Amino acid sequence: MNVSYNWLNEYVDLTGVTPQALAEKITKAGIEVEHVTFLGEGIRDVVVGYVESCDRHPNADKLNVCQVNIGAEENVQIICGAPNVAAGQKVVVAKVGAVLPGNFKIKKAKLRGEVSQGMICSLQELGIEDKFVPKEFAHGIYVLEEEAEVGADALPYLNLDDYVLELDILPNSAHCLNMIGVAYEVAAILDREIQLPTPEFVETAVDVTAKITVQVDAPEKVPFYGVRVIEGVKVGPSPQWLQNKLIAAGVRPISNIVDIANFVMLEYGQPLHTFDYDTFASDKVVVRHAENGEKLTTLDDAERTLTAEDLVITNGKAPVAVAGVMGGADSEVTDKTTTILLEAAIFDGASIRQTSSRLGLRTDASSRYEKGIDRNRVAGAADRAAELISELAGGQVLKGFTHVGEPEVPDRVITMPWQKINAVLGTTFSSDEILSVFRRLRFAAKVEGDGLQVAVPARRPDVTIPEDLVEEVGRTYGYDHVPATLPEGSGTTGILTDYQLKRRRVQRYMEGAGLYQAVTYSLTTEEKVKSVTTIDEASYQPIPLAMPMSEERSVLRLSLIPALLEITQYHLNRQMPDVKLFELGKGFYSKEERLTQLPEEREQLAVVLTGSWQSAGWHAQAEPIDFFVAKGILEGLFNTLDLTERISYQAAQREGLHPGRTANVLLDQEVIGFVGQLHPNLQSQLDLKETYVFELDIEQVLHAENETLRYIALPRYPAISRDIALVVDEQVASGELIKVIKENGAPLLKEVKLFDIYQGESLGAGKKSMAYALKYLDPDKTLTDKEVEKVHTKVLTALEAELGAVLRG
Amino acid sequence: MKDKLEALKEEALAAVQTASEPKQLQDVKVKYLGKKGPITEVLRGMGKLSAEERPVIGQLANDVREAIQSAITEKVEALEKKKIEERLASEAVDVTLPGRMVQQGNHHPLTAVIEEIEDLFIGMGFSIAEGPEVEKDYYNFEALNLPKDHPARDMQDSFYITEDILLRTHTSPVQARTMEKHHGQGPVKIICPGKVYRRDTDDATHSHQFMQIEGLYVDKNVRLSDLKGTLTVFAKKMFGEDRHIRLRPSFFPFTEPSVEMDISCFRCGGEGCSVCKGTGWIEILGSGMIHPNVLRMSGFDPEVYTGFAFGMGPERIAMLKYGIDDIRHFYTNDQRFLEQFKRA
Repeated sequence: MNVSYNWLNEYVDLTGVTPQALAEKITKAGIEVEHVTFLGEGIRDVVVGYVESCDRHPNADKLNVCQVNIGAEENVQIICGAPNVAAGQKVVVAKVGAVLPGNFKIKKAKLRGEVSQGMICSLQELGIEDKFVPKEFAHGIYVLEEEAEVGADALPYLNLDDYVLELDILPNSAHCLNMIGVAYEVAAILDREIQLPTPEFVETAVDVTAKITVQVDAPEKVPFYGVRVIEGVKVGPSPQWLQNKLIAAGVRPISNIVDIANFVMLEYGQPLHTFDYDTFASDKVVVRHAENGEKLTTLDDAERTLTAEDLVITNGKAPVAVAGVMGGADSEVTDKTTTILLEAAIFDGASIRQTSSRLGLRTDASSRYEKGIDRNRVAGAADRAAELISELAGGQVLKGFTHVGEPEVPDRVITMPWQKINAVLGTTFSSDEILSVFRRLRFAAKVEGDGLQVAVPARRPDVTIPEDLVEEVGRTYGYDHVPATLPEGSGTTGILTDYQLKRRRVQRYMEGAGLYQAVTYSLTTEEKVKSVTTIDEASYQPIPLAMPMSEERSVLRLSLIPALLEITQYHLNRQMPDVKLFELGKGFYSKEERLTQLPEEREQLAVVLTGSWQSAGWHAQAEPIDFFVAKGILEGLFNTLDLTERISYQAAQREGLHPGRTANVLLDQEVIGFVGQLHPNLQSQLDLKETYVFELDIEQVLHAENETLRYIALPRYPAISRDIALVVDEQVASGELIKVIKENGAPLLKEVKLFDIYQGESLGAGKKSMAYALKYLDPDKTLTDKEVEKVHTKVLTALEAELGAVLRG
Repeated sequence: MKDKLEALKEEALAAVQTASEPKQLQDVKVKYLGKKGPITEVLRGMGKLSAEERPVIGQLANDVREAIQSAITEKVEALEKKKIEERLASEAVDVTLPGRMVQQGNHHPLTAVIEEIEDLFIGMGFSIAEGPEVEKDYYNFEALNLPKDHPARDMQDSFYITEDILLRTHTSPVQARTMEKHHGQGPVKIICPGKVYRRDTDDATHSHQFMQIEGLYVDKNVRLSDLKGTLTVFAKKMFGEDRHIRLRPSFFPFTEPSVEMDISCFRCGGEGCSVCKGTGWIEILGSGMIHPNVLRMSGFDPEVYTGFAFGMGPERIAMLKYGIDDIRHFYTNDQRFLEQFKRA
């Protein structure tokens, strides 16, 4: 809402309050003033001139040589290219030495041999945006009214000595979407008097019902509908003062009738609609629900298809307007209009909102209905418009305002214990201080005993419950009056849950392991979602948005890896070959084609690694990242969480991953993640180098219960070590060998560690040698060689029997 | 005899002095102090001396013997010390060469900000509650006093999946869910960090996905002044002890009264600068007293309980705190960007 300071001054005396100070006060009271703009910004030395004569330039077809009286002793000669300049006009002259917006300085000049001492200005040259310039002056200079005093400063005539306060109107401050509402607000803030307009006009003897009757078929959505008829109207331009007010408010002047309707809407907040009575072509207004598929061409020349949800104004036969949104083209007021049918109505905000959003048609009227208007101002607004039409367009107002519904509703009475205000705010206001707030707001209020009774007028639809009154007191006094205290209530213990604590530990570990934490978008493309399988390899349906803003952000992710790969590409493209990233974030899982319930959300931990793990230095070769770097990070993580013993790895084939360098990660017997190299095809498709990834369902990992932590006595007896080198077929996995060793070495076997792998001709084709260090220990006594030998033999026998492993000779 | 002993001493000490190896010293020891050495010989020939001479010469012989012995010991130690010094000297390294640094990664700046806020509120007795990012319309809007046709729904255009399911537009649904679980019994004292989504085109100041942290405190006799006090503690901890806060009236459908919190500018201290756009104040968060409808819908009796709620954006806080100029940096994840926040 753009509020003109000069206009507001007509309702509330603003003496002593600068526009900036006023803006500050309004903001502090809860309606943010986003900007204060001086309309004459950057303009200097612009005066009213009278064009004494205007002749064609001798050397240029499109230029005129004007002799202009600017109140000085001598007329000045100005060369003007505007097509509409003419002798006898009062115009805006920028004298030599004047400055126009954009620091445009006016100098004496010669145009095709003729001297020009200044410039006759268009509104655009005075800084008014194109869209607010009346059409008749859009391509030429602006012509002032005859009353303008020659030689006087031109700014006041154009209202360019005004300031505009731009108010950010939130849903609870809709009462400030009009000048009267702002006046009430400002009168309360400044604690000053308010002067409201009192429309006065003469009605003809003919009753309006002779011309029109009103029928409302949807009273639940149309609590009030009224019309006036004004005859003998002459459509033409509005007077200067009206145009100025509209331009300051950001509305383009069109014609007196349209301008008056807009003016009254700005002043009263009541949307009005004007029909051409003759093209309305009926003596009856019927307001009803539209029929499904019913069509109407609106003022913007678009054909609208309506539904039964929409409200329409009809002439008893066909729709002539979408109620509260926009009128129809057929009954639009034109230059030829002589009789006006003026509508002032109240429509249900929710219904208007539905229609306007479905039609994608947001108008000043619809947004006011949506946000709520003063239920009691409808008749007054119709009167004000009638007054102005009779005054400015020479109309005769027929007698009466025919309507259906009550033009006024009683005040809303709210009662509450007055001390509740202090209890909620933490303040110590007296009941008199509280009552003085309501006096300033012009709400009738009284305190009786403990009770406070406040009658809230209809202009404040946002005030409905006691808490709203608390707010009115708080904001009118200002929250600076509220002290800062700390809660006195029951003590609570703030603590991280076990899960949150462990998640933080995972994060610290990943950082310590040399990885950078990334945060990526949850929304991605279907293609990317499908490029990597989910951990559990279930057939989840990627969840699409109903109306995505772009293809790039159209479905919810399952895996975090595709987004991390994008970041990897980003780094590679910028000559940063080493990328080490992790992310903790949610994947979204559902098997439904179309969601009927919320998807499952599970936190995932994903890692992407490429380039060098250790960069080359004076003491080391560069160490490229390989499968075992990725796996090593995982192992460290499980070690941190003390889950090492319950984790195993199994070779696996997965979409998007290298078939020979991928493992599933199992917790107990369940797959909870995977680790591997990106499939070389995908790597080259994404222009990546050798890239390793892993992803864990970190929720499952962190929810794995550990046994209660107990101290285990330190060994008091020495352990006995045995190293073995086993020759096995190439295909035998180390994990299998270790499993057999552990199974058969229990319970004396305490540790088994691979320390060498060898392949060579001496072993024969297809064979390899795997060397392990085994450690045996009995916590209760010193082991004898004999005891160790017994279990060690059992291990070796089992290795040979189960995996064909023989001791290397 | 006396002269002979003196000569022997001179001779032996000279030999010790010139020795450069422990072996040579051993030889000196054997030669002069050994059983067949000259001193032993002198002592052995004592019998031939007169009674007066005997103690004098004996004493002298012993002195000579001790002098040689201690010279040898001293020299051995000196040689050993020298040897160690030589070895250590040969082991010297260039201490200015780079060490074998353990490569560290670091947390995302948003994690830093969120954890700092979490820890601050945990210290004030708040717990951390989390909830789904894909949410029911009911929890995202209706339970927060935003019925289907409420105009405020326009304020946060949303990503719907179906008519009833959407990506949450704020973390407030976690409040509604948590209150529901308390079955009308206070206190509830939580903060809810998490990702939220809105239909915004990504640019320097907008992101279709961003973080939010909401705080909620429901109990008997919670006052707006408690909110002010709590937020003052927060502002001082996050932005410096000298910060002041001010509350400005505002509007949110789920609070009544609603207030916006500004802090005095941490760059200029309130004089007015580019950070605070000349106002001396920086808008930090929205808050207010929980609307009675919200309490009621979540099972709390607004006649008995009151509460406050606040919500803030970690991106905005990080941008202000660290002078980051573009919100997209948080989601581009350039390692050179991330690396800068290791001590955040």
